Amino acid sequence: MIELFRDLALPEMGFMRCALLIGLLGSVAMGVVGTMVVTRRITSIAGAIAHAVLGGVGAALYLQRVNGIDWCSPLLGAALGAVAAALLIGLVSIYAREREDTVIGVVWALGMSVGLLFLDKTPGYVDFQGYLFGNILLLSRPDVYLTLLLDVVVLVPTVLFFNNLLAVSFDSCFAELRGVRVKLIYLLLLVLTALTIVLMVYVVGIILVIALLTLPAATAGCFARRLWSTMVLAVIACWLFVTSGLLGSYYWKLPSGPVIVVIAAFVYIIALIFNSVRRKRA
Amino acid sequence: MSSEPIIEIKNLYFQYDSSQPTLENVCLTIHRGQSAGIIGPNGGGKSTLLKLLLGMLTPQRGTIRIFGTDPVSARPKVGYMPQYHQLDAAFPISVNEVVLQGTLRRGFWGRYSAENRRVAAAALEEMGIAHLAERSFADLSGGQRQRVLIARALACSPELLLLDEPTANIDPGAEEQFYATLDRLSRKLTILTVSHDLGFVNREVGLLICVNRQVSLHDAADFDQDTANRIYRHGMHMIHHNHACFCGCTETGENSECGEACHD
Repeated sequence: MIELFRDLALPEMGFMRCALLIGLLGSVAMGVVGTMVVTRRITSIAGAIAHAVLGGVGAALYLQRVNGIDWCSPLLGAALGAVAAALLIGLVSIYAREREDTVIGVVWALGMSVGLLFLDKTPGYVDFQGYLFGNILLLSRPDVYLTLLLDVVVLVPTVLFFNNLLAVSFDSCFAELRGVRVKLIYLLLLVLTALTIVLMVYVVGIILVIALLTLPAATAGCFARRLWSTMVLAVIACWLFVTSGLLGSYYWKLPSGPVIVVIAAFVYIIALIFNSVRRKRA
Repeated sequence: MSSEPIIEIKNLYFQYDSSQPTLENVCLTIHRGQSAGIIGPNGGGKSTLLKLLLGMLTPQRGTIRIFGTDPVSARPKVGYMPQYHQLDAAFPISVNEVVLQGTLRRGFWGRYSAENRRVAAAALEEMGIAHLAERSFADLSGGQRQRVLIARALACSPELLLLDEPTANIDPGAEEQFYATLDRLSRKLTILTVSHDLGFVNREVGLLICVNRQVSLHDAADFDQDTANRIYRHGMHMIHHNHACFCGCTETGENSECGEACHD
């Protein structure tokens, strides 16, 4: 364990320090958005958005390498793909509610397929596995600033509209009757979710996004009794999971995404057991 | 008691996507202070009528005027209590935070004012649950949650109160107190209560609105066993037959199949 921390100080470990910093900063957005996703019960929408990210990444890489459009980076493609998927699902669920789960399924599969087709036609090496299971090596120094920006973009509306978000999450029908702009708040939540998911895709990968979105919030939900305190605890839990997972993956030479998720799931199960024992005593 | 009409429904028809109308040729006038119970079999259209009054559904034909305007514009004057099982029982929220939602308004921008907090505290006081203000909604009993939701409806400072099944799951022994509270409120407000509990509506309201595709009005004093049988015998059968269907409808609020199934 000691050599682990000694290693971290080495110059060639810059990527690891960078990943840990992004994990620390990103946990703020991930914990806050994850709590809203879990309490609103829209995890499947988050899953669909995550898979649509691959479509955006594939299209961006193709345009970059085949058409020579340099500014079309995979990160930009991922963000556009995610936001497009979020708005599509959101608008369909608002204007044709009964079709929501079908649209989620379609976006989920279509995003993945489009991504695979683009990647197939893209010349050169593409770290496909990195997108599926996460690859901290895909992150670099500028991404630290993007993560900070994401935190600001998530936190400012959450703090400003907290009471509206709380009312809409608890009982959107009642909030609408009181004149709250429920649809706008819902779309805002989906866009924030989409942007957060893009970051998560780089940390844990498309397939494991749902786990990192739900497990910290669900763990926090075992202890917190208010929405804001659930968010705070979820941020702390998320940071602990990501940091211990990244260090563990380096130490045991394992892929980072699965290690993060296994640790998170383990802690969640312990929290559940603790909670049920406490309830029985009460 | 003034006789100003606050609800006026004329020749209203409403149907979901099915061929059978859920409500047909409904005419109804409720005057200020005239508290009424809405009764009828499951699938008979009680919830639909409530949603029409709240402007969550629009009738195909006919008009609804509430306080002389359309239901959507009238919303600020209407307090609504949904059935509590429609809400997430584990949601992390305090009683006070729930009740404060009643003070939300269009254009509300983030923070509750001191006035909002005073109104919410008064509503909690009115329902006799001021001591629960800082408790978690999730930790309360069914009856306590219902009181919280009525307090939230009162925090809207309404002139018309719509209560959906307020006596379902009420704590045993708390009924008398609960009835006394509603009795007190009905002197200040006009209250429409949807209820399955015939005993409750019979003693608490003067007017019964019986909804079973068509709407008929009965004076509660004249409401006897024969009338009840006429409305409910058919209804009992339907509850048994279409239970699953109706549960689905109340959850989603969108029921294309329901209109058909419930009227078969």
